[in-house]
Amino acid sequence: MKEYTRYLTNSLRLRREEPRSNNFHLDPMLLVPLLCIVGIGLAVLYSAVHQDLSILENQSVNLFLGFVAMTLAAWLHPRVYLRFAPVLYTIGLISLVAVFLFGTTVNGSQRWLDLPLLPRFQPSELMKVTVPLTVAWFLHDRALPPRTIEVGIALLVAVVPGILVILQPDLGTAILVVSSGSLVVLLSGVRWRLVLVGTLSVVPLIPAYWYFFMNEFQKKRVFTLFDPESDPLGAGWSIIQSTTALGSGGLLGKGLFEGTQSQLKFLPESHTDFIMAVIGEELGFMGVMTLIILYVLVLARGMYIAVQAGDTFGRLAAGGLTLTFFVHVVLNIAVVSGLLPVTGAPLPLVSFGGTSAIALLVGFGIVMSIHTHRGWR
Amino acid sequence: MKVIPGSQLKNTRAEARTFLLRAWTLFGIAVGISTILVGRLFQLQVLEYEFYETRSEHNRIEVQPVAAGRGLIFDRHGVLLAENRSVSSLEVVEERTTGVEETISAIRGLIEIKESEIEEFRRRLARKRRPYQSVPLKLKLREEEAAVIRVNGHLLPGVRVSSIAARYYPLGEVVSHAVGSVRRITVDDLNRLDRSQYAATRYVGRRGIEAFYEPVLHGDVGHRRVEVDVRGRVIRQLELSPPVKGGDLKLHLDSRLQILAYNALGDRRGAVVAIEPGSGGILAMVSRPSYNPNLFVSGMTVQEYRSLNNSRNLPLFNRAVQGQYAPGSTFKPIVGLAAVSKGVTSWDETIVDQGWFKLPGQQRIFRDWSWTPEDAGGQGIVDLRRAIYRSSNVYFYDLATRLKIDALSGFASQFGLGSDTALDVYEAVDGILPNREWKYGVRGEDWYTGDTVNMGIGQGYLLVTPLQLATVASVFATRGQWKHPRMLFSRDDPSLNSTQSPPPPISGPSQKDWELMIGAMEEVVHRGDRGIGGNGTAWSYIGRDIAYRMAGKSGTAQVVGINQDAQYDEAELDEYQRKHAWFIAFAPSDEPVIAIAVLVENGGGGSSVAAPIARKILDAYLLPKIASNR
Repeated sequence: MKEYTRYLTNSLRLRREEPRSNNFHLDPMLLVPLLCIVGIGLAVLYSAVHQDLSILENQSVNLFLGFVAMTLAAWLHPRVYLRFAPVLYTIGLISLVAVFLFGTTVNGSQRWLDLPLLPRFQPSELMKVTVPLTVAWFLHDRALPPRTIEVGIALLVAVVPGILVILQPDLGTAILVVSSGSLVVLLSGVRWRLVLVGTLSVVPLIPAYWYFFMNEFQKKRVFTLFDPESDPLGAGWSIIQSTTALGSGGLLGKGLFEGTQSQLKFLPESHTDFIMAVIGEELGFMGVMTLIILYVLVLARGMYIAVQAGDTFGRLAAGGLTLTFFVHVVLNIAVVSGLLPVTGAPLPLVSFGGTSAIALLVGFGIVMSIHTHRGWR
Repeated sequence: MKVIPGSQLKNTRAEARTFLLRAWTLFGIAVGISTILVGRLFQLQVLEYEFYETRSEHNRIEVQPVAAGRGLIFDRHGVLLAENRSVSSLEVVEERTTGVEETISAIRGLIEIKESEIEEFRRRLARKRRPYQSVPLKLKLREEEAAVIRVNGHLLPGVRVSSIAARYYPLGEVVSHAVGSVRRITVDDLNRLDRSQYAATRYVGRRGIEAFYEPVLHGDVGHRRVEVDVRGRVIRQLELSPPVKGGDLKLHLDSRLQILAYNALGDRRGAVVAIEPGSGGILAMVSRPSYNPNLFVSGMTVQEYRSLNNSRNLPLFNRAVQGQYAPGSTFKPIVGLAAVSKGVTSWDETIVDQGWFKLPGQQRIFRDWSWTPEDAGGQGIVDLRRAIYRSSNVYFYDLATRLKIDALSGFASQFGLGSDTALDVYEAVDGILPNREWKYGVRGEDWYTGDTVNMGIGQGYLLVTPLQLATVASVFATRGQWKHPRMLFSRDDPSLNSTQSPPPPISGPSQKDWELMIGAMEEVVHRGDRGIGGNGTAWSYIGRDIAYRMAGKSGTAQVVGINQDAQYDEAELDEYQRKHAWFIAFAPSDEPVIAIAVLVENGGGGSSVAAPIARKILDAYLLPKIASNR
């Protein structure tokens, strides 16, 4: 904690931290909280899947691959990302279109791409990393704050894949993709007046989305947020069961593997979107707090790295990636605790899911690369 | 510094400062939002913990009812009449299946299911039932069938093999009318039963003892607290408050006598009721044709039920307690006792029976049973004694006329006629003991003397059940000191035994009147070798080689009216219009241990048809006792 306070004070004075010699280019201050999150996540996941070892192994392999990819990403010079950001973005868009055309449908959503020689993956998860990089690339050599037209183009970079993801349909990821781009625009110093105008112009789009894009079930989910008891066995089920799981965990929890809501399968999606409820039930308020503190540490370190970066691309990319990650966390916890309608956003690095974990870890690899290759120009 | 065409110069320092401000602003917002989330979690997990804790307990804990074992039923010697046996059946919970058709064909791939069983299943499925209530598809699974289903259980959602304690009646149809039967609980049953008590119960007493003592036999439901998963599957049992087994019942019934009486009636339609006069205990209660009560437990096809229910011979109808028949001449001893105790006649008074009787000033002729166009002379000089053993109709036409309806009906009611005096016989009917008020009330007519004449020989409006006539025989056996007839001998809990006071003794006849009447009834059986006009009516059929003294009275009750001048010709009448044969008896006549009533529907003569059955039963009951006393 002391360390962090010191870093924060330093950064406010705009003092540069000296680059450390680190063969792996990993940042321990970021790596340690990430490892802690992953550790807690694996333990809870094991409980949430009713001690099914095969799922645990699968996720462990994904996370291992994720950390390897993170190390590689950290080792690569930020110059590479700057150069290849538009290429990655184009590949991402093409794969999203491919998903739209011949993706694999699971649970009514067409999200996965099964390509020969590659494991099945979700292109939309990759976009959460690619979009902030691309927006950062677009803005990095422009005079900031950006002009209105530039802001428009930057937002378009985020909105185009966002629309493709919404069509899958996957509202949660679409929100994250669009916000990842928007966050970079915010960080670039866009004038608050423009932010206000932009926000106000989006407001009329909400009813349009309500009427033209949302299906009956999604609408019901929104209604049941305010009154879950109106349909306790249908649309209200998830929210009732997840708040019940959280609340019944109390301060200290029922103990790992002892949560009745999760073990007796009252809690739906307990190993994916609702895994936070398992943590709350089995590890209690203390467990949830621990995890949130770890996430905040990651956020703080990521933002510190962004502030420390010596160039615009590094600042925007590191800040955008870190904030996107945290929005991800907030969105998930808000849904699980019944503050937002069920949108389908996993808890980063904890929920079961390979593409998401690998993409997020690669994102942090890039953040580490930005930090460990300072003064590269 | 780099210059972008068409744009301002990049001010790196200013950009860095702007970025710093933006970064920490957004960080602050993020921390602020996190605080809101933490607040929300604090609200859920700490402030509202108890609410959600209760809620999660509600989710996982279910209180399930546990059925109590049904009480057993024994006869007086401890022979089991109704027991519980474990039976496996294949049941389907429609709500849990992937589809009924799919499930049926999957099951048919594993074990044999008959078309009729599927038809029956569909019928049961269409009926109203509780949600998630299972519907039986195949009853009585064999061991290997149950095993095949259990092994493939994971392929058959909503299908289960359930082992339940099903009622079993070892003696089957022999005791069905006495012990009764149980049936599967229907929605209608649930509407009148205590739902919480019957939450786990499959069967409810439907007839006989099973129905009458339902509250005792049923026991008290138990409960178990179990942990269930979201699909309602029980994970483990947390707590059990065990059910209280239903009370066992011991009946007065003597199963050996019951079997004998059942066989003695043979294929004839009829009923036998035997009573132990000292206690009022019912030793045997047979009604034929009978039905197999086990069919009601396992369930039967609609065809089977229809054939039972619609048969002209009414196998489900308990003739012994619900059949109402004219008693015929078996009523005469009551008329005689009424007359002597009211002083209307004496044992010495005689009349001349010329074969017919006419009321003064009326044309209608009442004939004696012995009347034929060839032999119209009647039975000559008869006193009360001879009128009993020869069963003179003319004597009792005259006697009833002089006695009048009010005295006769009043006296007869003391024997329990016209009312149900049994303590625990299910759905026993009252019969009809007519009097002036009854006739006015039902028919809207005055009572005519002619009605009294008919009633003098047990015809007309008078209707009795075999149980009531057995009670009459029992009352004669005890010389007027009598007990309410009852099935129950004792049960586990003695405090539950009924302490109903015995009915008052018959008032009127003196001890001597009783003995003389019983003597006359002995003559019905034992007076023999005196020529056709001198023998007791039953002697030639049962009076020879009899090892004990029996008092009895035959009766032959007319079913249809015969024209004044026509002769009753059995051969000409439809089977169902022939006379009913009655015989009542008790023995040994000085110290009776058994009283009996035998009815054979459309059987013909009481002495020739019913009396031999009675003798067979009495022999079977008494001869072993006599042999052991020697």
